[in-house]
Amino acid sequence: MIAPNVRVTNEPFDAYREEALLIEGCRDIGAVVTFTGLCRDEAGTLVALELEHFPGMAEQEIAAVAGEALARWPLLGLTVIHRYGLIGPGEKIVLVVAAARHRGEAFQASEFLMDFLKTRAPFWKKEHRSDGAAGGWVEAKASDDAAASRWGKDTS
Amino acid sequence: MRALYFASVRERVGITEEEIDPPKSVANVAQLIDWLASRGEGYAEAFANRTAIRAAIDKNHARRDAPIASAREIAFFPPMTGG
Repeated sequence: MIAPNVRVTNEPFDAYREEALLIEGCRDIGAVVTFTGLCRDEAGTLVALELEHFPGMAEQEIAAVAGEALARWPLLGLTVIHRYGLIGPGEKIVLVVAAARHRGEAFQASEFLMDFLKTRAPFWKKEHRSDGAAGGWVEAKASDDAAASRWGKDTS
Repeated sequence: MRALYFASVRERVGITEEEIDPPKSVANVAQLIDWLASRGEGYAEAFANRTAIRAAIDKNHARRDAPIASAREIAFFPPMTGG
């Protein structure tokens, strides 16, 4: 089994470069899925998202979810990056790059990773509003729990 | 043991972390939440909605009935919204 590349950082990342690094020199990869999650401006009302995280546990939980993905699908490469700190509209928040021999495995593994990152990894989003009003914490969505539970075994 | 607070819980309690020394009768996560909630206005507000509180013992997600006797660090936070 390959070792996943997991990073939690306050620096911007280059999704294209991460994908290129993952598949560089590989001749057995037939499919690579790169998912990027970005900060939306919510129709102009949001100037930034502030992402708080629990250092140590964030890395550990992402690594645990990555390990479960690797146990489920025969991946040939896996990179997961999650940012924290102040992130503006259009900036990237999260990246999952999953490489496999076939597309089904790469698609499923990247979706699995995102579903469980949302419900297990200790990150919290706070909105900074463009009208200067005090922004609130983003509420967790029931739909995210539902998305995670469709994979069967509750891993939390 | 060390108590850590994150996001809305941190804002309401008013501090990021502290050393706590609950009585021996406080044996699990649920009882610790009840004990913390009784420590003052900010705590009461932070822990008012019990179902919206998650806990982690030594950086592992912990259920309400998880024992706290051997915990070095317990973190409290709202449901996660990363990704």
